[in-house]
Amino acid sequence: MDQHLLSIILFTPLAGLLVLLLLPSKSTNLIRVWANLASLAGFLISLPLLQRFQTGAAGFQFEEKFDWIPTLGAHYHLGVDGISLLLIMLTTLMGFIATLCSWSAIQDRLKEYYAMFLLLQTGMLGVFMSLDFFLFYIFWELVLVPMYFIIGIWGGPRKLYAAIKFFLYTLAGSVLMLLGILTLYFRHAEQFGFYSFEISELMRVNMPLNVQQIVFWAFFLGFAIKVPMFPFHTWLPDAHVEAPTAGSVILAAVLLKMGTYGFLRFSLPLLPNASSDRTIVQILAVLSIIGIIYGALVCLMQQDWKKLVAYSSVSHLGFCTLGIFSLTPNGIAGSVIQQINHGISTGMLFMVIGLVYERRHTRLIAEYGGLAHVMPKFAIIFAIAMLSSAGLPLLNGFVGEFTILQGAFEANRIWAAFAVSGVILGAGYLLWLYQRTVLGQVTNGKNLVLHDLNFREVAMFVPLIAWAVWIGVYPKPYFDILQRPVAEIVERVHPGYYHGGVLADVAKPGVAK
Amino acid sequence: MNFSYTSTDHFTIIPAVILALFGCAILLFDFWIFPDPRQRKWLLIFVALAEGFTGYGLYRQAAYVAASSGQALQGFGGSVTIDGFSVFFNAMFLVAALIVAIISYKYLEIAGEHHGEYYGLILFAQCGMYFLAAGTDLVTLFIGLELMALSFYVMVGFLRGDKRSNEAALKYLLLGAFSTGFLAYGFSVLYGIAGSTKLDAIQRVIESRPPWDPVVFLALATTSVGLLFKIAAAPFHMWAPDAYEGAPTPVTAYLSVASKAASFAFLLRLFMGPFQSLANEWQPILSFVAILTLTLGNLAAINQTNIKRLLAYSSISHAGYMLLGLVANNQTGINGILVYVMVYTFMNLGAFSVIAAMRRQGIIGEELDDLAGLMHKSPGYAMLMLVFLLSLAGIPPTAGFLGKYYIFYALIQSGHYALAVVATLYVAVAIYYYFKIVRSMFIREEMEKAPVATSFGLRLALGVTGLLTLLIGIYPEPFLQLAKSSLVR
Repeated sequence: MDQHLLSIILFTPLAGLLVLLLLPSKSTNLIRVWANLASLAGFLISLPLLQRFQTGAAGFQFEEKFDWIPTLGAHYHLGVDGISLLLIMLTTLMGFIATLCSWSAIQDRLKEYYAMFLLLQTGMLGVFMSLDFFLFYIFWELVLVPMYFIIGIWGGPRKLYAAIKFFLYTLAGSVLMLLGILTLYFRHAEQFGFYSFEISELMRVNMPLNVQQIVFWAFFLGFAIKVPMFPFHTWLPDAHVEAPTAGSVILAAVLLKMGTYGFLRFSLPLLPNASSDRTIVQILAVLSIIGIIYGALVCLMQQDWKKLVAYSSVSHLGFCTLGIFSLTPNGIAGSVIQQINHGISTGMLFMVIGLVYERRHTRLIAEYGGLAHVMPKFAIIFAIAMLSSAGLPLLNGFVGEFTILQGAFEANRIWAAFAVSGVILGAGYLLWLYQRTVLGQVTNGKNLVLHDLNFREVAMFVPLIAWAVWIGVYPKPYFDILQRPVAEIVERVHPGYYHGGVLADVAKPGVAK
Repeated sequence: MNFSYTSTDHFTIIPAVILALFGCAILLFDFWIFPDPRQRKWLLIFVALAEGFTGYGLYRQAAYVAASSGQALQGFGGSVTIDGFSVFFNAMFLVAALIVAIISYKYLEIAGEHHGEYYGLILFAQCGMYFLAAGTDLVTLFIGLELMALSFYVMVGFLRGDKRSNEAALKYLLLGAFSTGFLAYGFSVLYGIAGSTKLDAIQRVIESRPPWDPVVFLALATTSVGLLFKIAAAPFHMWAPDAYEGAPTPVTAYLSVASKAASFAFLLRLFMGPFQSLANEWQPILSFVAILTLTLGNLAAINQTNIKRLLAYSSISHAGYMLLGLVANNQTGINGILVYVMVYTFMNLGAFSVIAAMRRQGIIGEELDDLAGLMHKSPGYAMLMLVFLLSLAGIPPTAGFLGKYYIFYALIQSGHYALAVVATLYVAVAIYYYFKIVRSMFIREEMEKAPVATSFGLRLALGVTGLLTLLIGIYPEPFLQLAKSSLVR
């Protein structure tokens, strides 16, 4: 089973989807149960990965490779390293939780709804598993369609606008990225005389710096729009606000990570000279810092609960990209951990909003207040989610942000100084949000009759909270898993970075393939 | 001159002979044995037989080409050439004609214009296309073009009671005749230069002429105008939206797929043959035309509310993409045009088949509103249409992506970076108007309850086109090999 484990994980949601299509659309409970079982199976089947993954081993594990389109040199090539392992686990877990949290929120066109989620799941997993650029691109685009429908059919009042905006923005970025891929592919064919989309093959290409820079910017457009980085973030608030709860959860927790993952898997290793180019690094870091501060400032003035959380994503993802482009082991490892953290905490925050929205059908912060009195369980869960997002020590957010800041500090002290303000502002807008909605007296009579969370609603937070605490209290396993792949990336971008250092033995073999 | 009819000659034109004979047979038998319109769908047996024999003829030609390792076979002293290229295109025409025939009978019955000669015209048009793909002589090509165009003039105006159909036919006829005039003028100049109508001879003479020879340029310009008219490239695209909208939907499908593919085959024969040595002259012009075509096609499609018009503009933009393959003027680009023609055949026929099914008793079914709530009414049709539209937009994993992939790669390979950027950005524009249709089908509520018109033929056509659109997208290897082995030499 080991040699096909990734394929099995990848296609489990698709298999679930095929069975789902055969179920009669009238029997809604059957559809719900099946969809939840399928996504739970998707999660459970991914657990053996954790057990069998060899921490610290070089290169990729669980590799599978077949010739797929020999004419083009495209392969069906899957494999994971520490970075993708964590993101895959995040995807399978969030996929299940997002399905679970739609149980009562979605009442119409159930079959299509769950079908879209299962399709989305396969697309996202494919993105994180692909080691062939062509295959990656197929999965990358595959994700767009189900997300368009999730926003467009089950979304809020401005769903059509938000859905097509999401689609057009990300598509425009990814087709330009395709041109970058093709340029790289062409250079490879020119130098080696055969066609290949294999990442390990494309890493061998020698390109002058100016071509690398052009390709870098093409990749940048694809990835930065997805992340989203500062000037390209405008699709995000619309998409998040209009999407149904589960859509927002998946969008924030997993979809955005495709962009940061793209930087780590493709931009840095394939274009090391451009990625470490002084100007490019400066620009990227400045954009990240603007994202961090601007996102946080915009959060402070939001009237809409969901929009606030959406903008907080811009801020938090700014940390992730800053970490990546600090190009230090700490920055990159912290960035990956922060990606997981953001998935957990922002996922929880969106689920929290979903819970109150199901009860009150409004997201205006002013409509709430004093919810702690009527919904104590809710107040506790929201507090944990909020504090984990704000970066309270002993919860996950702290570990990620701290490590990123450490990495940024090593790279450039001024960056760290600016980025720190994001942490402070983050705590500010989240605590203020909590104060306005949960604390104090109940100001709105309608809130008095709200019922507290039921078993399912609490249950879906439990794994996330447990994970948040685990990362917060004992992050060592995560750093261990990440050490090797991060070292390989850093070694690629800054050859000789580890020379003579304590990590010298970690980085050497496997890099020069 | 020797006028004997050899077996080689026979071998090179037998598919066209079969098509013409069966076309005539349909015209005769229609009156004898099918006086009742309801029985006329049995004429499809004739079409099926004709295509069966034609397919066998093409298969033997393909086997010959494969056995002779790609060596072309010339008949009639070089007027007709059988090579991988001609077989490839003829196979596409065959698929298109078959699919159009089987989606037509229900549509024509509902429209009340089910006449036997329709099927004859399909075959005659295909016969004309045969010579566009296989002809290597100006006269052969010209006759092929006219045979195809004349059949189409009649088919576009086939709904005699419908004003739009009549108007469309007249517009198409007038502008078509006008463009043919240009083409004939260009041909006469070519003949004047070379003293021969054979493409080989013309190629040799043009190669020996100095660059920017005004006479050669005149021939190039007028011939190009005529050809660009036929493929509906801007600024010669004006006839297309009206003709596409007014024609019966199956005819629109045939026109947009087979006629365009045939015109591209014709275009490639000329530009890869006699005009190849003039590449420096036509490349800048064609790149301008291609970008203009993309721009006009994509921008005009945005505001359309009639789906056939929308798809007409979209097919204009597809012509722009295919032209970009020619602009790149390398092997990948030409290969890309072939792949593009193949995927375009399946996805566009599929999309028009769905639109054909919207025509119901008393409902024209061509507006965006008519598709509202299709997902609720007939999920199968809606999902297939989604696949076709995604493919038309070029989103993987559908076939359309492969077509665009080749074009983009050809542009990168030949260093046309700016063109590549413009062409890719129009993908995002295209998704906007294709998704207007998707939005209508999936998100809006249905406006009327009338079920879609369905028939065995329609379902078969949709099944085949849908399956191939997905299959080429997911496992393209055999199809890419096929296109690669069919390059024009």
